[in-house]
Order: sequence, then C-alpha cells, then structure tokens
Amino acid sequence: MTVVALDAVPRIRRGVKCTYDQIRSAHVVLFPEGVLVLNETAASVVALCDGVRSIGDIAVVLADSYDGVEPSDVAELVARMVERRVVDVDG
Amino acid sequence: MAEAPFGLLAELTHRCPLQCGYCSNPLELVRRDAELSTEDWRRVFDQARSLGCLQIHLSGGEPLLRPDLPSLVEHANSLGCYVNLVTSGVGLSRERLHSLASLGVDHVQLSLQDATRAGNDRIAGIKAFDRKVEAASFVLDEGLPLTVNTVLHRQNLDNIAGIIAMAEQMGAERLELANTQYYGWALRNRAVLLPTREQLAVADPIVAAAQERLRGRMEIVYVIADYHEAHPKPCMYGWGARQLTVAPNGDVLPCPAATVISSLQIENVRDSSLHDIWHHSPSFNAFRGFEWMRDPCRSCPRKEIDFGGCRCQAFQLTGDAAATDPVCSLSPERSTVDLILETEMAPAEVPAMAMRKMR
Repeated sequence: MTVVALDAVPRIRRGVKCTYDQIRSAHVVLFPEGVLVLNETAASVVALCDGVRSIGDIAVVLADSYDGVEPSDVAELVARMVERRVVDVDG
Repeated sequence: MAEAPFGLLAELTHRCPLQCGYCSNPLELVRRDAELSTEDWRRVFDQARSLGCLQIHLSGGEPLLRPDLPSLVEHANSLGCYVNLVTSGVGLSRERLHSLASLGVDHVQLSLQDATRAGNDRIAGIKAFDRKVEAASFVLDEGLPLTVNTVLHRQNLDNIAGIIAMAEQMGAERLELANTQYYGWALRNRAVLLPTREQLAVADPIVAAAQERLRGRMEIVYVIADYHEAHPKPCMYGWGARQLTVAPNGDVLPCPAATVISSLQIENVRDSSLHDIWHHSPSFNAFRGFEWMRDPCRSCPRKEIDFGGCRCQAFQLTGDAAATDPVCSLSPERSTVDLILETEMAPAEVPAMAMRKMR
C-alpha cells in the first residue's frame, strides 16, 4: 500500500485531466484508459494537488470549508490517487 | 435505465498501412467509400458526450489516414472529452503531432509489433519499426504521455523481455502487453498465433518481474491468453456496461467484435441516436446484466467478476452467443477449446499468416 508523508507535495500527473461532468453532476478525473468519478471532498483535494502545497497545507485550506479535516485523511486520499496514477508526489 | 457509458471507441477507418495478422478487425473490412463523413462523426461525438462518454478513443485501422482527424480531435476536445489517439505511428510527423496535440490530443497509444526491426516489420508486413521509434520521440518531445501497445502471440512471445526494454527505451509510461484475442484476422490466423504453454510459462514471470522492477516508472498492463486460462476474461466489463464502439461505417457495437454474432441486429448512427441505441436497442440489451445467463454462469459467484466472459467468443466457438464463454473450465464446451489448443498450438504444418488487407 502506498503511504504519503504529510510534508509530501502532490501534483496531478501529466496527461490527467480534471473536469466537471454535467451528465453525472460530478467532478471527474480523466486519464489514459480510465475515469474516476469523485465525491465533493475528493474533488476539493485533487483541485489542490498543484505541485506547490504539501499534504499539510491542503488540510489547512480544506479546514476553512469542512469541519474536522485531518491531514491523515488527506494523505490517505492522495495515496489512493497515487495508486490510480492520477497524482504524483514529490518529497 | 442502463448506466451511462464512459468511453467511445471511434474506429474512424479500417484502412491501415500495416497488415498485422493478429488484427481483431473483421475480415470484411469497411471500404473508404462506406466510411462516415466528418459531419457524421461530429454528430456521433456530440451524442456520445450527451450520453455520458468522457473518453474518446480515436482508433481504426489507422486514424491518421483520415484527413479530417484534426477537426475531429478539436471537436472531441471541445466537448470536454479525454482524447486518446491510437496509432501505428506510420504517418505521424513531428509537425502533425504538434498540431494534433495543440488541438486536444491528451494521450497517444502507439503499437509495437516486436522488439526488433526485423521482427516488427515481418509482423506488420511493412517497414514500420523506424517510424515507430521516431513517433515515440515526437510524442515525448511534445510532452504527451505515451502508452506502447504490443499484441503477444507465438511469433513474438519469446522476445517479451526485449519488448519491455524497447518500450522503456521509447519512454512509455504505460505498456500494454495483450495476448492476442481471437477475432477477425486473428481468428483466421489462430494456428500461426496461439502461443505454447511453454512460451507462456517463461513469459509470465518475466512480465511479473518487470511490473515489480518498473513500478512507479512504467505501468505494465498484462492481458492474459484466455484460451490457456481456467476462467474467462471480463469482456468489456459487461455487455453494454461501460463502453461502446462505432465502426467506420457507423455500426454501433457493444463489443468491437460484435459483428460476428450473426443473430444480433446491429444499429447504425445514420438511422438512430446513440442514446436510443445504448438504452433501447435489442443489440445492447441482449446480454446486459445477468438475466440472460443460463447455468453454469447464472448460479456462479464469478459472474460478478467475469460477466460470463465474451459473447462474441461464445458465439464463434459454440454457435450460441448466450452460452458460457467456452474458455471457462466450468463450460460444458471447454473441450472445444482444449482441442483447438492441442491441434493449433504446435501444428505439424504451420500455415502462412494471412496478412490483413482490404479485399
């Protein structure tokens, strides 16, 4: 299983496209041979994977809009995105 | 209502500079004058997006042979779709790729027939190897992600390590190693293509080791040789479940090989909308879900995993599209597949490969 550190900096992989699907009324991630339909929280995290913010930074930003966001939750979600080859992490 | 599809496989043309005998296109290839027009394809893309498709795979044949490819790429991209170009690389200049990338190609899938120039060009039937190596470098220079696709069979399986090395050298971030699926030309050439058990026994661990070694750098997708397996492949992840194919002449297919099922009434985009075809046509509803199944599939827990296997294969090998895929060890017709393996894996006299050509 992939483990992502709290100071790791995630970024959307090259060739991955994030968009909103009006048909499904959901944020989606498109990548070679795959589509991920995201829930609202996951979409917020993915949108912040900009290659600048760390996992900890993302958790701080999300805490403004959502109650009880823990950095470990963000790390876990990013780890799942890494496994699906949607996100890369540096550091 | 069935769930919306995620992908459209748009077979823009059956014309192709390559003549690979493993091709799964039908023996009766669609001729140029029967191909859909640019306007038809634009309408098909519009309808696919409204239906829910988020990925458009531009394939064939060789899609680069369509002069309207740039405008089709642009249109697919304008709809918000992920645009995947599936190509032999022949005809892909640096300028052409740059233009296609700026119009919206998101990803390129490049076929590679074998690890070496001689092997590749023998299977392709033309000198294509150097063009592919060049094409890969153009894709990399353009900053697009590259998948290399290699179809495996008796003629190239012994070179599997070299094929993996070649894909690495080409800079692929994904490598699809797909054992031949026997439809169309591949079915015709099965006795030339079926790998031996010994070949697979050597290749499988090489692939597994490479998957481990290259983790994080190059993802290797390995598609099994289903005749040799005890369970069938999860064909299309279920009939009419995730993807649809539009053939060069506008035929709409639940599976790219579905024209082989002669009892199936195939619809065409010239007569109906993709929405109506996906949701309401007899062809798309014929094998949707689990209701159509008989035993051994009906009561089998694996039906949720493999969906009974491939309908086209069931039809081709048993004459009944609703039968359990006969590669399944639980199929009463498994002996048909065993007999094919016995007689065609190492035939006393190997026939010549029938090269893929328009008649």
